[in-house]
Amino acid sequence: MALRRIVTACLACLLLAGGAEAQEQNPENIEIGLSTDRVSITSDFAGADLTIFGAIDNPDPLISRQGRYDIIVVLEGPARPVVVRRKGRVLGMWINTRSETFLNVPISYSVSTTRAFQDMTTPTSYKQLSLGPANIYMEPENKRANPVTIQEFTEALRDRKQATGLYNERIGGVQFLSQNLFRATVELAPNVPVGTHKARAFLFRNGVFIKETSAQLAILKAGFEQSIFLASRDYGFLYGVFAVLLAMLTGWLGRLIFRKD
Amino acid sequence: MGIYLPIAEMSVNVFVLLAMGAAVGFLSGMFGVGGGFLITPLLIFYNIPPAIAVATGANQVIASSFSGALAHVKRGTLDFKLGTMLLIGGIAGSTVGAYVFALLRSIGQLDLFISLLYVALLGTVGGLMMVESVNALRRTSSGAAPTMKKSGQHNWIHKLPLKMRFRTSKLFVSVIPVLGLGAAIGFLAAIMGVGGGFIMVPALIYLLKVPTNVVVGTSLFQIIFVAAYTTLVHATANQTVDVVLAFVLMVGGVAGAQYGAKAGQKLRGEQLRALLAALVLAVALRLAFDLFVRPANLYSLTALGGI
Repeated sequence: MALRRIVTACLACLLLAGGAEAQEQNPENIEIGLSTDRVSITSDFAGADLTIFGAIDNPDPLISRQGRYDIIVVLEGPARPVVVRRKGRVLGMWINTRSETFLNVPISYSVSTTRAFQDMTTPTSYKQLSLGPANIYMEPENKRANPVTIQEFTEALRDRKQATGLYNERIGGVQFLSQNLFRATVELAPNVPVGTHKARAFLFRNGVFIKETSAQLAILKAGFEQSIFLASRDYGFLYGVFAVLLAMLTGWLGRLIFRKD
Repeated sequence: MGIYLPIAEMSVNVFVLLAMGAAVGFLSGMFGVGGGFLITPLLIFYNIPPAIAVATGANQVIASSFSGALAHVKRGTLDFKLGTMLLIGGIAGSTVGAYVFALLRSIGQLDLFISLLYVALLGTVGGLMMVESVNALRRTSSGAAPTMKKSGQHNWIHKLPLKMRFRTSKLFVSVIPVLGLGAAIGFLAAIMGVGGGFIMVPALIYLLKVPTNVVVGTSLFQIIFVAAYTTLVHATANQTVDVVLAFVLMVGGVAGAQYGAKAGQKLRGEQLRALLAALVLAVALRLAFDLFVRPANLYSLTALGGI
């Protein structure tokens, strides 16, 4: 049951007014808007698609007609330090031997693009912008560590994140609705972290990066889930007592209902 | 059908959890083990963070042990006196165990220590039980009387002072080995994060010579308290008990426990012991496999400053 949340932006009127006095030399600009600044997670949440609307200001009609504008939309989760551990063989056993810590790693990272990555711009450009699951920059805690090791652990980190679905990409997830307007669909994984997420949009013209814009989005737990979470933090002992009593009650009821003797 | 877990902060499938709970509950009711040594690895395998899996596993174990113990009370196969003595020893043991746990964690490589302890203990206990029960089964099939207590087979345990009579178990032994056994199991349980049923059951059968049918109920009785203690400690210190996750597991678990207790009644003592031995050995092999075979992925991630 894919819960579909539409976050709309009504920038169309604004744009038409701006477009009328557009001059040839005016550079393009990109804007995105969210109709809501918060998404609540309810008990039936099983991942969702988030739709973000946006527009290009002052597009060149020729470029637009030839489809040479490209847009990449990113929804980046809150950042945390992460330890990457590597198992090694010691006395025939596989145990954690080496580790590297990375600072400010986004917990989740969802990308939506107009076309495949290699068709939009150059690898160098992605690297400079730290854009895409394969290019996002991971800052190592130990700056003087061997670059080869850092490279190896960075790749492992990206690979693990992609395997759990927290880092994902949707090629063709950004579609133009008109010359100016576009719609981007990004994927919220079932284990998407709660907290402040940042939606960012990047505009490319003929493979050259032009402009970036961003907006904030809070992902929160809704009523019941939030109450349980808060209770476990603020009243740990009482919460534990409740959990034990609930277990005993369930055991007793189970005995009444499923009795087999 | 998806359900969102508020503490684990992820969405999971309800039916997978129900099935998991039911399977473990069945084994729990049948063998008198809490199932902690099964449910925790299963949850971790299902991508639940290990800290939450350990704490929530303990919570769900209360429900299935309680349900199973009630079935044994009804049948008169629960020795309250013996269970209480084991529990007194157990609480002392687990308090010391919790201290050693913290010490090991500060040194590092706690996970490795736990894995090795699991493999060694499960392997030894399972192996010994398997040999004994297969021999007993062979004796029965060849027509000999299946007796656990051979005449004159009193070991050193029966020479100790402070003897106490346990009517339900038809036992007259010193209280010292009972308290000692409880303490040893409490200690291991605290370090390994389990109720200790899989050590308790064979120890009661082979060391104290308690009849197999009484062992199951008595072990469940003791596990309820150990698991409740563990749940409270985790809820207070680490806030890692997910009641939503525990509740779904419990619902499956209590249903399974009743069917399991029924199934256990139909089996003879030595058959029950052979099956439990097979289960314990299977878990030991699985853990040894993880330890000694090159993993599919060498890397693992741990987020800091959160769960």
